[in-house]
Amino acid sequence: MTNGIADIQKADALFVTGSNTTESHPVIGAQIKRAARNGAKLIVADPRKIPLAEEADIFLKIKPGTSIALHNAMMNVIINEGLQDDKYIRENTENYEELVESLKKYSLEYAAEITGVEAYLIREAAIMYASAEAASILYCMGITQHTNGTETVMSLSNLALITGNIGKVGTGVNPLRGQNNVQGACDMGALPNVYTGYQPVTNTGAREKFEQAWGVKLSDKIGLTVTETFKAIDEDRVKMLYICGENPMISDPDTHHAERALDKVFLVVQDLFLTETAELADVVLPAASFAEKDGTFVNTERRIQRVRKAVEAPGEAKPDWIIFMELMNRLGYEEHFNSAEEIFEEIRQLTPQYAGVTYERIKNKGIQWPCPTLDHPGTNVLHAGKPARGAGFLKPVEHLESLEIGEDKYPLVMTTGRMLYQYHTRTMTGKTEGINLIAPELYAEINPSLAQEKGITDGEVVKVTSRRGSVTMKAKVTDRVNKEVVFVPFHWDSGANVLTNGDELDKYCKIPGLKVTGVNIEKAD
Amino acid sequence: MITLNINGFEVEIKEGSTIYQAASSIGVKIPTLCHDERLKPHGSCRICVVEVEGARSLVASCSTPASNGMVVHTESESVITARREILDLMLANHPLDCLTCEKAGRCTLQDLCYQYDIEESSFDGKKKKYEKDTSNEFYYADQTKCILCGKCVYVCSQVQNTDAICFVDRGFETHVGTPFDLGLAKSTCVSCGNCVAACPVGALMPKRKEKFRYWEIDKVKTTCSYCGVGCQMELLVKDNKVVEVEPVKGHSNDGMLCVKGRFSYDFINHSSRLKKPMVRKNGVLEEVSWDEAYDVIANKITEVKESDGADAITGFSSARALTEENYLMTKLMRAVIGTNNIDHCARL
Repeated sequence: MTNGIADIQKADALFVTGSNTTESHPVIGAQIKRAARNGAKLIVADPRKIPLAEEADIFLKIKPGTSIALHNAMMNVIINEGLQDDKYIRENTENYEELVESLKKYSLEYAAEITGVEAYLIREAAIMYASAEAASILYCMGITQHTNGTETVMSLSNLALITGNIGKVGTGVNPLRGQNNVQGACDMGALPNVYTGYQPVTNTGAREKFEQAWGVKLSDKIGLTVTETFKAIDEDRVKMLYICGENPMISDPDTHHAERALDKVFLVVQDLFLTETAELADVVLPAASFAEKDGTFVNTERRIQRVRKAVEAPGEAKPDWIIFMELMNRLGYEEHFNSAEEIFEEIRQLTPQYAGVTYERIKNKGIQWPCPTLDHPGTNVLHAGKPARGAGFLKPVEHLESLEIGEDKYPLVMTTGRMLYQYHTRTMTGKTEGINLIAPELYAEINPSLAQEKGITDGEVVKVTSRRGSVTMKAKVTDRVNKEVVFVPFHWDSGANVLTNGDELDKYCKIPGLKVTGVNIEKAD
Repeated sequence: MITLNINGFEVEIKEGSTIYQAASSIGVKIPTLCHDERLKPHGSCRICVVEVEGARSLVASCSTPASNGMVVHTESESVITARREILDLMLANHPLDCLTCEKAGRCTLQDLCYQYDIEESSFDGKKKKYEKDTSNEFYYADQTKCILCGKCVYVCSQVQNTDAICFVDRGFETHVGTPFDLGLAKSTCVSCGNCVAACPVGALMPKRKEKFRYWEIDKVKTTCSYCGVGCQMELLVKDNKVVEVEPVKGHSNDGMLCVKGRFSYDFINHSSRLKKPMVRKNGVLEEVSWDEAYDVIANKITEVKESDGADAITGFSSARALTEENYLMTKLMRAVIGTNNIDHCARL
């Protein structure tokens, strides 16, 4: 997030898009509701009438995968009405003229046709967002999990930049990160192109710095992403896969393809349980849970917070860091840390954003990076005063229909997501009886008129089919979704991700288009 | 800024602050059952009454603004008499089952009765009796124990903003309930348990899987391991087992948790946790020593590096693991194995 979570209470308008916040980030969802009840304007865009839509001043029930058209049309309205922040644009952005030119074709009528949202609502949303003193954008995987996810984010960034809604309290472009430490994992360079603190592996200076610190020669070749790995296994380019704490058999697209690859490769899985993925492994290593170790997690607002050991790990299970360290030693690389804190000390020597953070400083309260020195208080608002790169680049982006759309055989759009009671692949929540009683099984939300057309009644078993396969599940007949949309939560094995497309990836960041899958639905035999 | 005098001490505080806030700022503790900084002042329980010189009667410190020159006494004789009277009245309609009550040891009513020497009520009258609402999977509501402080109702409507519960009926019949008293499971309740955390007595309690007393447990402050909000929480531990989770006020969570962070911790002590390394032999995963598991992995890494190069090995790190662990896995892949094939589940 460019801005901290507490900033939600300081915004005059909130634009929440592609985020079912009250279910996926419940505690932030509650804070958005509080802000709205205390007078902030709330605009919600989502293909489903999510709980937050009930609280919204304007709800845009958008067709999955059409956000760019919505954002471009909103910007077009803002410019036509003269609501842009000319001073901010002049002083802090570049490429404005090209952006304005690219927006011209996004009339309200054109956007309404693409998005399925009535033109006047798009106009009102644009005016509401641009008229606010401080407006904040909050988004999640509904924006990013598309084959043009990166460009969809760029269009949100354009929207914030032309209205000057960045770098100030209560504004920002704020992705809500879905996992406890996805921020920390990215910060640490658990990405194929960067070391810690986003220092590129292709940058000679950065590489030399890490070569010196680690005492070895390092590769300058960008590695493979998770989503590219299975194809690489198919093509015999990858022979061994070491997975720590992930369950691609449920979380990754196109389960059948993932399974073939995981079966073929020499697989090591390190986890708390014998997950669906671990069942396919050649070696399984027992790991300690968060309650059994000391360390840090970094939350969605870049706050580095302490994790503390409360109980002993069961049996011979060990914290992941001890396993890695022992394996490094086994491979002939001398590595001796006595605690996670000692590792953190090494991290902060190599990571400018973390340099001023110590366990002592975050004993009671976490600190938001960047925190470059020991007397620095941390940073709540990024791009304050000026965008970090100097001038915010306004990159024109165009609406592009997903390749999943348009085939008669698969006329409906399946979109996936989380529900309140289960978490991700259920490895943890699936162990709680009460959770399983409330959220016991896979289901598909379908619109009543689609149900009527297909002769499907609520609770009946249906078969959902895509180009990749078929899955049976219970139908939940509800007007939360429009007639052309089917929603399936992705928590269950042999479920939603059997149907999703793992081949078409975003060209910049290789994210799959999990939110748009062409499907058909029929009564099960 | 304004200046007032509390128990003989000068206090300087921002205009608009309450007497309670002024007292807290200099470490003077005023008892309260219904106060919560996150709520609009509602002055329901009256136990926080204090004496203000020149005022016609005692005032509720949690909802009375402090003013310049005010002289306040928080433990004067008339204050103590009033507090004893309030507790006496509360106890007249509260079961004296502290011996078996699960809240014992952390019940504000119990603590205050101890502090002000109220052993039992001097009033003998009708006592309320409600069936426990056990319809929620994770907590129960026992209206028989409710003191009507209103904290749960206002936490639900002003902090969690779910509006699942409300005051129902009037007078002696007043209780906290759900629409048409159909029970929590049929309400809009999202099982966050934030009302449970706010309840000062035993009226809202987590359903326990095993018995424990609050004085038997150790508390460990940590960060929730589910989504990216980073809620602060305390793990309550008895005999090397997490027996309950409670929210703590942190930057990002303002004292809240959700159903997963609060109630879905059974996985920690689950019988199906992996306890030993395993290696596949003749198609079956068999338990082995750590030494053997490391050997198998190290040998395979060496073999693949020799035959196909380091880039034929890929690692997936974890957005669920510690920052430090992510760092070390990238170091293992980059410095020891020699490839940039390291990624994690950020996109999924």
